Amino acid sequence: MFENIGEIFLLFWRTLLSLPLAWRQRQKVLDQFFEIGNASLLMVCVLSFFIGAVIALQTGPVLVERGLASAVGGIVGISMAKELAPVMMAILIAGRIGSAMAAEIGSMRVYQEIDALRTMNINPVHYLVLPRLVAIAFALPMLVVFAILVGWLGGAIVVETNSHIAIPFQAFFADLRDIVVLKDVANGVFKSFCFALIIGVVSCHQGLATIGGPRGIGRSVTKAVVNSIILIVIFDYVLTRVLLQ
Amino acid sequence: MNAPTNRHSGVSLQVRGLRKSFDGQAVLNGIDFEVQPGEIFVIMGPSGSGKSVLLKHLIGLESPDAGEILINGESIQTPEIASKYRLALVFQSGALFNSLTVGENVGLYLSEHRLKPPAEIARIVAEKLEDVGLKGTEDKIPGELSGGMKKRVAIARALVIEPQLILYDEPTSELDPLSAIVIGEEILKLQQRIHVTSLVVSHDRDLAFGVADRIAVINEGRILTIGTPDEVKRFDDPLVQSFLHADFKREPQSKSL
Repeated sequence: MFENIGEIFLLFWRTLLSLPLAWRQRQKVLDQFFEIGNASLLMVCVLSFFIGAVIALQTGPVLVERGLASAVGGIVGISMAKELAPVMMAILIAGRIGSAMAAEIGSMRVYQEIDALRTMNINPVHYLVLPRLVAIAFALPMLVVFAILVGWLGGAIVVETNSHIAIPFQAFFADLRDIVVLKDVANGVFKSFCFALIIGVVSCHQGLATIGGPRGIGRSVTKAVVNSIILIVIFDYVLTRVLLQ
Repeated sequence: MNAPTNRHSGVSLQVRGLRKSFDGQAVLNGIDFEVQPGEIFVIMGPSGSGKSVLLKHLIGLESPDAGEILINGESIQTPEIASKYRLALVFQSGALFNSLTVGENVGLYLSEHRLKPPAEIARIVAEKLEDVGLKGTEDKIPGELSGGMKKRVAIARALVIEPQLILYDEPTSELDPLSAIVIGEEILKLQQRIHVTSLVVSHDRDLAFGVADRIAVINEGRILTIGTPDEVKRFDDPLVQSFLHADFKREPQSKSL
């Protein structure tokens, strides 16, 4: 991965330079946006609901036992908004969408479709990379907002229904509102925007760099997902440090 | 690729001293030839002789280690060449976009460069598909087409550019003899109708001798001979003759008792 970091940055820079062309490619952006958002919504819903639920289940009994029941809402709220929703959804999208991007562009590379674009004087960065990057940069933050809300709901249901916790629904959300501020949600959304750019550019780069036949496509898909996840985790730390200041 | 000076005229092509190596292995060893405007020039040679690599250089997908390629006397490396001359390549595999319909494939150049309004693009696409005998296939997807139909769609896609130089990479590979003849006839018809310069890379002897004005035989990155089909047939070189006359030699089976 690290030997290609220069190429990845170059591709990102070229895509940024082509941003003024995004409006011309709006139909492709919308198609990709629909693909990313619609296809992932159910998975995001299930994943975030149970992440919120399990945090409440893990922390709730311990905190209630020590008389800190009012902290449960805050812990679920903060952890979902600032950390778990952005990181887990980014990992999910890297697996679900990053792999698809690398496979599609990789097969286009292997079967000479990208060469065909070049012979028609069509820039593959404008035609393939730009719409995907713009679409994922909008779609992932929106999915993360949805995931945060569903995660909170999952936590609320668990704290109300679990007999060891037994915090009323309204009290959970009142405690959550006391601790979580809009900036916490904005932090998570900003992180997810950065993760979206990482997934998009790494997956598209891996697709464009595909060589060989079907085995090469498989290798590219694996590398796209693994490299995206590694960079997401590294950048998560860096961004958290920056945003904490 | 806008506003051509002369819509229907082929360009000349000169290749001088072209060399290319991959990982130290020479693929092109100093290729020299010239193609006249409107000529059908066929490059023949066995598999692995450097034909497809040569084509990629001619369309600008590869850069040579040495030598130059000139279109009407201008180097193909100059940035303006893509806007000044219209070049098209018909890929061996067709290289159609599997996610697009046939109509979208054929009209892609016009729609992406916004050269025509959508209704006009639809009309041109229908016209070009009719030219290659595929009228009414606009809404099909490439996966629904046979190998021969894919190649003809690829030709239609190249025609939309109104090319002045059209390059064909193994246009009859994987085709049955009847489909191969249809493709050969398309190449001839195009040359007669729009006087496009055609460069065909193939190891199909029937196609080469059926359509070529001149033929070059290439082996191990070198041109062995260039001439008219009759001159090439008469060329006294064992490699050329063995390539042109290669055939099965079936030994009579001995009867075992």
